[in-house]
Amino acid sequence: MSGNTTTLAVPAAPRPKLKPAGLIAIGIWIAVAIAFVFYFVQAFDVTLIERFGMKYLSGLWVTVSLVAVSFVCGAIVSLPVALGRMATNPIARALSFAFVYFFRGTPLIAQIFLIYYGFGQFHGFFETIGLWWFFREAWYCGLLSLALNTAAYQAEILRGAIESVPKGQWEGGRSLGIPRLVIFFKIVLPQALIVALRPYANEIILMIKASAIVAIITVYDLFGETRQAYSRTYDFQTYVWAALLYLAIVEALRHATNWAERRLTRHLKR
Amino acid sequence: MRLAQSFALAAALSALLAGAAVAQESDADKDWSTVRIGTEGAYPPFNFLDASGELKGFDVDIAKALCEHMKVECTFVTQDWDGMIPALQNGNFDAIIASMSITPEREEQIAFTNKYYNTPPAIAVPKDSEVTEATDEALSGKAIGAQVSTTHARAAAALFPDADIRQYPTAEEYKLDIENGRLDAVMDDVVVLDEWVKSDEGKCCKILGTLPADPQIYGKGVGIGLRKGNDKLKEMFNKAIAEIREDGTYEKIQGQYFDFDVYGAETK
Amino acid sequence: MNESLTLLGFGSTGWGDDLARGVLVTVSLSLATLPIGLVLGFLLSLAKQSEDALLKLSADIFTTIFRGLPELLTLFLVYFGINAALKSASQATGLPDIALSSFVSGMVALGVVFSAFASEVFLSAFRAIPHGQREGGLSLGLGRAKVMLLVILPQLIKIALPGLANLWMNLLKDTALVSVIGLADILRQAGIAARVSREPFLFFGTAIVLYLILTIISSFAIGGIDRWTKRGEVAK
Repeated sequence: MSGNTTTLAVPAAPRPKLKPAGLIAIGIWIAVAIAFVFYFVQAFDVTLIERFGMKYLSGLWVTVSLVAVSFVCGAIVSLPVALGRMATNPIARALSFAFVYFFRGTPLIAQIFLIYYGFGQFHGFFETIGLWWFFREAWYCGLLSLALNTAAYQAEILRGAIESVPKGQWEGGRSLGIPRLVIFFKIVLPQALIVALRPYANEIILMIKASAIVAIITVYDLFGETRQAYSRTYDFQTYVWAALLYLAIVEALRHATNWAERRLTRHLKR
Repeated sequence: MRLAQSFALAAALSALLAGAAVAQESDADKDWSTVRIGTEGAYPPFNFLDASGELKGFDVDIAKALCEHMKVECTFVTQDWDGMIPALQNGNFDAIIASMSITPEREEQIAFTNKYYNTPPAIAVPKDSEVTEATDEALSGKAIGAQVSTTHARAAAALFPDADIRQYPTAEEYKLDIENGRLDAVMDDVVVLDEWVKSDEGKCCKILGTLPADPQIYGKGVGIGLRKGNDKLKEMFNKAIAEIREDGTYEKIQGQYFDFDVYGAETK
Repeated sequence: MNESLTLLGFGSTGWGDDLARGVLVTVSLSLATLPIGLVLGFLLSLAKQSEDALLKLSADIFTTIFRGLPELLTLFLVYFGINAALKSASQATGLPDIALSSFVSGMVALGVVFSAFASEVFLSAFRAIPHGQREGGLSLGLGRAKVMLLVILPQLIKIALPGLANLWMNLLKDTALVSVIGLADILRQAGIAARVSREPFLFFGTAIVLYLILTIISSFAIGGIDRWTKRGEVAK
């Protein structure tokens, strides 16, 4: 950026003038912050932390582990789906398209209800095929719906990323006599994943947020514990704690992604 | 100057928001010609929606009778159980008639009328269950269902600390889940469970027994929830409860639902 | 099978009319939220490009908060928090009570979330429009407002459309969350029907099909708008 061929005398940037719109806007935020601090000082209750602190932590752990496991499961499922989307076989294309459309076109909360309560109706059938132990647990039902849902989104991320890798990479590999599978895993996928890093990180963030829904099917994740604490105390700060925790995770993830992206693309910078 | 202005605005806003935290309610000088009643609509036989989606049940009939005696017009608002108290406080309706027990924890938030019924809690298990007694030992590690933020959920956690307590948004969901085998036991009001095990849906299960109602958790029976300071409406409801107890309306309504007394021992 | 048809039918024995009312609520909530989200999102994107650092910061704080919170939590914060604040504000000032219904709470919460995401879509669309467009408009003697309205906005809508279409789909799906605070939308009606009839699979399945139909209709509508915005382009 910093050209050193000619040195232009850049006039010192004028001090930015304070304008009313900005002042009012920031004033509102300052007001909200003050009101918040005020509210917290006044409502803060150590006994609440004693009563619910550990529960929040265990809820946080449930949220994190649920998202992590379903993200990985979703990634595995997404691979064949993404390949199906790009396949020449019309049946594979149609099936993978239907999968993606179904899970992206309907609310996750409805999918969770269908899997938890809807499948519960057929417990006799699941018992005979030996799968009831899975559908019996709310945690597994939440995991399944989250994993299938994210698989649909991840398939599209993966497809977009793979298609972003120039055709020449395939052709080059072929001309060197490298088998297709090896080209895919060793040449195309690594390049695709750099492109996909940010969308993947966004997907994790979306999942952390979406996972709050499992609280409704009796899983005590962070949101579940929060509702629990609220229903015992009717104290609004229980929700505020949860909000701060969620924001902290999401922001941490966002900054970690920025950092990782900068590192991974160092070789692309000039 | 501009800076000063926006700080003034900020201060005014924060005063408003801070006021939010300390303000006291007062319905004292309102003329109650119409009363909005919040109920759940998912707690048969006390309040539920029938097949045509209409609100029915003991709570609903009692509420209608009370309103008739108070000579006020009543409208019903359905509200999910776990948002019932905030919705009352926020003014979405004026009274809760939804089988809500008068507990010390709730009395910190809202006011209650005298009780209008009081029945003990019970525990139900599948008919083929190996659990034969309602003790922590027998239920250790078992999944017990109850409705979220109810006295029963609290009592289950207190009585059976080694069990896995699952909390459901409404009673209907835990019923579905014990029917399909996700739960080993459920805990609720004896009347609710009794009605259910006698019905077609509840044929999976039986009542294991009633449990002693710990007054610390269960309080003084079921009352009508009102905003704190709403003494006028409280007086009106208390008078009407006494009246329907006197003139036989209560027995008539009770007779439509139960063949036993749900009011419990006279208090005071 | 017949039994299912009766349950899904209209009239007093079936839940068809309740579900139809739910569809109406879902659609009207989405449609009512959309303009709020679009306008607020547009204003936020203007603020983010502003030279006024404070305005920019304020807009960024807004986006950070409402993109980072779970939608369900935002909904609860609005429903319980704003209502409590309104209640005491009305008491402090002596004005009559105002309480946000679950519909309005849903509108506010989802509108705010929509606008946080939409501001980013608008922002990148703004950046895709060459500076020359604006300068050209100004040099033709058009006022700043006219340049925005006649030159920038039409191009902006075209560029932002795919991103906004995605947000619309998300909005449509997120309305299902409002059922948790008691709005009688598709999912809630399905839930009530499932409880009363004890056919959760049938009713939650029907709900999903209804959402799918709404999504498909939306895709067609968006396709139509897309063709309309591109009508000026040379046919390929």
